[in-house]
Amino acid sequence: MNSLFEYLLRIGDDSLILGQRLSELCGHGPILEEDIATTNISLDLIGQATNLLTYAAEVENLGRDADNLAFMRIDREYKNVVLVEQPNGDFGDTMMRQFLFDAFRKLFFERLQQSKDFQLAAIAEKSLKETRYHLKHSSEWVIRLGDGTEESHSRVQHSLNTLWRYRAELFFMDEVDNELINKGIAVDLKTFRNEYDSFVSTILNEATLNPPAQNWEFGSGRKGKHSEHLGHLLAEMQYMQRTYPNMEW
Amino acid sequence: MKEISLVDLENRFQKKVDSEIRIEPNDWMPEEYRRTLIRQISQHAHSEVVGMLPEGNWITRAPNLRRKAVLLAKVQDEAGHGLYLYSAVETLGADREQTIDDLHSGKAKYSSIFNYPTPTWADMGAIGWLVDGAAIMNQVPLCRCSYGPYARAMVRVCKEESFHQRQGFEIMTVLAQGTPEQKAMAQDALDRFWWPALMMFGPNDDESKHSKQSMKWKIKRFSNDDLRQQFVDVTVPQAKLIGLTIPDPDLKWNEKTGHYEFGEINWDEFWQVVEGNGPCNFDRIKARKDAKEKGMWVRKAASAHAAKRAARKTA
Ligand SMILES: [Fe+2]
Ligand SMILES: [Fe+2]
Repeated sequence: MNSLFEYLLRIGDDSLILGQRLSELCGHGPILEEDIATTNISLDLIGQATNLLTYAAEVENLGRDADNLAFMRIDREYKNVVLVEQPNGDFGDTMMRQFLFDAFRKLFFERLQQSKDFQLAAIAEKSLKETRYHLKHSSEWVIRLGDGTEESHSRVQHSLNTLWRYRAELFFMDEVDNELINKGIAVDLKTFRNEYDSFVSTILNEATLNPPAQNWEFGSGRKGKHSEHLGHLLAEMQYMQRTYPNMEW
Repeated sequence: MKEISLVDLENRFQKKVDSEIRIEPNDWMPEEYRRTLIRQISQHAHSEVVGMLPEGNWITRAPNLRRKAVLLAKVQDEAGHGLYLYSAVETLGADREQTIDDLHSGKAKYSSIFNYPTPTWADMGAIGWLVDGAAIMNQVPLCRCSYGPYARAMVRVCKEESFHQRQGFEIMTVLAQGTPEQKAMAQDALDRFWWPALMMFGPNDDESKHSKQSMKWKIKRFSNDDLRQQFVDVTVPQAKLIGLTIPDPDLKWNEKTGHYEFGEINWDEFWQVVEGNGPCNFDRIKARKDAKEKGMWVRKAASAHAAKRAARKTA
């Protein structure tokens, strides 16, 4: 197995699948301003996915391109965390999913900028700028909803209760990571787990939200094992490429 | 002090308009001018926002990453246009949420083209090419509209509309040059969107009830029929260029006038769709209402939080 290819898929698929999820909301946001913000984040993520999958295809060197990777794999070949494929739910679910993810990605890209793989470092640097803005946006909404009305508090507390179990998978590591950490290419995720936990709890505190008392962890997307939701997302996303194979659009 | 009569005010106003001086929000204006603008600008804003839906229908199924990104950016622009226009309505003293509620209740109208469905990917091409193309024809003269905030909003909007038109035409070009299946898809989209696009310019001049006054106030610069003719003249050669056929057996070039002659528009269909009986009127309004209703608790939370913050600051 090509570890760098695998590593690029993991990062790229997180962007692709979350970007796809958010794009479902375009035209349906709770406020027009928020519709624009969500679409913007979706656009950034699709842009990141394009960069990462283009590079992955290059590294793989089997004649595939970014679109082949994005649209023509089967579910087991997608390596995103299960968190990002969860349905949009209500606005609280969307923002909580985004917050748990953005908080991870900011710390991750900060470190990935130092990668000895220059192309990966450059993608990380560009993505970090976007992620800082995404995290600011999602943190502010978590605080607003948590410390808003009674209804918004209980809704977003429920979002937290259901999504909390998926955050641990963000820190999944295996031999792919270990090999690339030794080469100075990948980030050792253990180095910022504490920082992640304390940042998340600061925001949740300000939002007057309490993490549920559960410490079981869930998710095996990095190994290609997904929730039931991914298949539906892929059926929609891959529709054109599957129905009309080998055409230019 | 001598009182200025209403007639004097109106004369002065018309003189300003005639000498191309922009009317600004705090200037005196006839009540009917204000009402006309509120109606027109809010309907324009609603059209931008409802117009996000037929194209939004294809974002999740866009055929490749580049098309997905371009379509997202395009639909996002339309939301931005909606925002500028709602701001322009507010300068006239109207309330944004009230105008939106009028849309939801069916009292306010929006461009009837968005009540047609988008069953295929080629519709993304047809909409960009024809619908944004027609919008440009309508909106370029509005950049010189007598009402300042509307004119300035249109300047920003028009810059983006030409990108929309180009991306649509490019989608159509690729399809028209593609496989037989793709070409058929493009032709089918043109067949469905051609006539509704011509209807976007509104009723014939002798049927158009607000046109004359709007021309006098320089809200409008060209008549519906003139703009429609201009659109046909520009678009027919584009269709030829990419090998698609305009679905109008009566279409022919008139050497003498230098214009294309075209067939009779089905005005019954137009009025049916305007009255709410088009294929997607119900779905479009439902989608907008749902967005507002499902977002209510979010808006309430945001204002409750802002109030708490403000209270903490002063405490
Ligand atoms: Fe627009
Ligand atoms: Fe447009």
